Amino acid sequence: MPYIPHSDQDRASMLATIGVRSIEELFKDVPEHARFPELDLPSALSEMEVRRELEMLAEANLTTSDCPCFLGAGAYSHFVPAVVDAILRRGEFYTAYTPYQPEVSQGTLQSIFEYQTMICNLTGMDVSNASHYDGATATAEAVITAINVHRLKRRKVVLSPFVHSEYRAVVRTYTQGMGLTLVGDEDGESRDSSVLADMLDKDTACLIVQYPDFLGRVEDLSGLAEAAHAVKALLIVVADPIALGLLKPPGEFGADVVVGEGQGMGAGLNFGGPYLGFFAIREKYVRKMAGRLVGQTVDAQGNRGFVLTLSTREQHIRREKATSNICTNQGLIALAAAVYMAALGKCGMRRVAELCYHRAHYAAQQIAKIDGFSVVDDKPFFKEFVVRCPRPVVEINDYLLDEWGIIGGYDLGQDYSRLKDHMLVCVTEMNPREEIDMLVEALEEVAS
Amino acid sequence: MTEPVVYEISRPGRCAATIPALDVPQADLPEGLVREELPLPEVSEADLVRHYTHLSQINYAVDVGFYPLGSCTMKYNPKINEELARLPGFARLHPYQSEGMVQGALFLMYYLQEFLKEIGGFTAVSLQPAAGAHGELTGVLMIRAYHLDRGNDQRNVVLVPDSAHGTNPATTTMSGLQVVEIPSDARGNVDLEALEAACNEHGDRLAGMMLTNPNTLGLFDEHVEEITSLVHKHGGLMYGDGANMNALLGIVRPGDLGFDVLHYNLHKTFSTPHGGGGPGSGPVGASDALADFLPGPIVAIDPERSEDDAEFYTFVNPPKAIGRVKAFYGQFGVLVKAYTYIRMLGADGLRRAAEHAVLNANYLKSRVEGTYKVPHDRICMHEFVCEGHFSDVPDVHALDISKRLIDYGFHPPTNYFPLIVHEALMPEPTETESKETLDRFADALLRIAEEAHTDPNLLHRAPHNAPVGRLDEVQAAKELILRWELE
Repeated sequence: MPYIPHSDQDRASMLATIGVRSIEELFKDVPEHARFPELDLPSALSEMEVRRELEMLAEANLTTSDCPCFLGAGAYSHFVPAVVDAILRRGEFYTAYTPYQPEVSQGTLQSIFEYQTMICNLTGMDVSNASHYDGATATAEAVITAINVHRLKRRKVVLSPFVHSEYRAVVRTYTQGMGLTLVGDEDGESRDSSVLADMLDKDTACLIVQYPDFLGRVEDLSGLAEAAHAVKALLIVVADPIALGLLKPPGEFGADVVVGEGQGMGAGLNFGGPYLGFFAIREKYVRKMAGRLVGQTVDAQGNRGFVLTLSTREQHIRREKATSNICTNQGLIALAAAVYMAALGKCGMRRVAELCYHRAHYAAQQIAKIDGFSVVDDKPFFKEFVVRCPRPVVEINDYLLDEWGIIGGYDLGQDYSRLKDHMLVCVTEMNPREEIDMLVEALEEVAS
Repeated sequence: MTEPVVYEISRPGRCAATIPALDVPQADLPEGLVREELPLPEVSEADLVRHYTHLSQINYAVDVGFYPLGSCTMKYNPKINEELARLPGFARLHPYQSEGMVQGALFLMYYLQEFLKEIGGFTAVSLQPAAGAHGELTGVLMIRAYHLDRGNDQRNVVLVPDSAHGTNPATTTMSGLQVVEIPSDARGNVDLEALEAACNEHGDRLAGMMLTNPNTLGLFDEHVEEITSLVHKHGGLMYGDGANMNALLGIVRPGDLGFDVLHYNLHKTFSTPHGGGGPGSGPVGASDALADFLPGPIVAIDPERSEDDAEFYTFVNPPKAIGRVKAFYGQFGVLVKAYTYIRMLGADGLRRAAEHAVLNANYLKSRVEGTYKVPHDRICMHEFVCEGHFSDVPDVHALDISKRLIDYGFHPPTNYFPLIVHEALMPEPTETESKETLDRFADALLRIAEEAHTDPNLLHRAPHNAPVGRLDEVQAAKELILRWELE
């Protein structure tokens, strides 16, 4: 049997020590009528056979390395240096669990402490936790934090329509039992910041915006921060960490919580998961936040060491009074992000961000020249931009794939009725000029 | 043996990554929106690799040795799982590619749903939840939605045994429902009389019950079917916490015992690695009553696009879904690993895994129970709970025994949980450990019991040969240092 080391002799001697005659006898507490069901599963495979089966399944997919990809919308094709996976593959990291015994978990704990430090420095915030499941659930937990900061007395949440639609959906799922009113994104229509600011009042717990927003646009958030703070609401910013290599961090605008999807930093695409929710907050709210936290301390000899701390907020201590039910999070993906941030560092993060920025702007300029296509450029953008198309986006994408082997952009009509026939195009450091030129040529063909 | 923080090995100008040259004209940077400082480390690739290699060397893990952390199922994580999840055909898929481009991935998800349905005895499965606690939240929100759908807005009480994981009550509160705790009886089961009284008291306010079975004492509840029928009789639904499912594979299907919804922990039961604290994966199975409330997207076969020799797989949303619980489709990379595991074991292999997990736990229990008090003297399932305390040396605690185990080369068991056992130690050996390993661990525990009597200071000061000495957790919480700063 795979992965079971017991010989017949082992079994016999173990059963004798226990004082039973058979393994079956160990299960007498299980109701007899339901005991030992015949499971209808396909027969077992050897490692060689299972490899062959999964290779066949994998080959049945068309991947982003088979063809140029201009799809983003919350999951991004960014380069992952080999050093990231080399570290992730160390069994000492990936076969450990939550560091409940700090003396034998310093590797995990210190790497999380370093991750927390780098996330704080990237976002311009005071405190980062050890991670959430993804950007969407980190956003939902940020909303719950804001509700807790106001001791459940404020029930209104203002949500920009240009926060990722799936994040907004997850916020609604998480808070469905809390009796909140979520406003701002009802019809998914365009609202500029002043409209959102007007919705803030003394019952508002928080305002949530995305930076760059779902349409790729960037704006100064300090006005919104002031407006939120004027009514003592928290400003929650959902940020793209790659963009923060270049752009002003939300902390400088006065954000109270910065969350986001860390997938771009070393996690790869993986068909949507496992990804990384990062979560950073102002120090004054640290006791209201969810998630695991690593802190520095000393051992019995006075040496520096690291432990999980402030666990009195957490479910295993506080039970029904905990700030969240979260326990397992995304430890290994946080490690990937830490290695990524340390590998690229001060200079590399900036250069990757600039490369995304310049190539996206080059692509936008070229696409704007094509008859029938235009680029919506009411505000500065980072690596994604909106293209108004002469035909339905689905048709264009089918053409790009069938005739050119290109994975086209995201169909914004799915989320915004006003943006029917609008495509969200994403360009990263993974799209060299030749790929952009090829996309432009293909779109010219679509136009003609 | 301590390792400097990565910022302490940083030197200006170093970089461990190479980045393509700019091949397009420079655009103007957005005015007023460009950051001035980016305080990230600057290290060379060699220094970076050494740094993380050193950190890995001060970490205990399943690949290093025996890790009997109760309720966490730290079984061996097969290497083939890692290889297959990294196949470019899975790892380089964008979640928004159109379905026609990703049929292989959807096939895998569809059949993993089918396998989990069969293993748990459920009508439908959603792979969305990202971890066990996330699956719990999903399941409890489904129960809430079910009652609301039937117009029973008042059903807001969830019964939770006192032996439950802390996530159960925390989840209930997060879902906007109210926790009522049910005590355990002398044999470690749910106290049936107390349960009946609670059902009667809360009557039509009862939403359901969360039950871990086997429970956190490692015991299979002897009245499980009476519990599920009692709760059903009062109009409640049964939530199964599948954290301890490793004892049940091919032994019994929770759906057959009356559970309406259950989460699986792929990172415990189905051998996907724990990753130092995630990523896990917590798919949820549902009975007929709750299937329509599962969060989508779920993979189904689209008959209209299927051909005779090729099914077409598509994402659907159940009609009364509680809504999305995360972006995209679940922890896909973890799903590949669990699928691989189930395919390699088949029905027989899964049953053998559960049987040997239970055999190992009972063997270990038999070896130590004369020395360490086991409060519930019954056959256990995949784990057991004993007291890490001796009445004749009252100042030796479960924590001291745990730390001393580190000196013997083992990861300590879960300690101080469940809360209902005094000075609890909870070892869960799993099926992948050999008799020799269990013997070495039992020998160490027996030796430590002797040391507790002859030289208790040895325990109080343990660990002696870990990378660091015993750490001051009180100071960490008092003088919060949560990030590195230049001194």
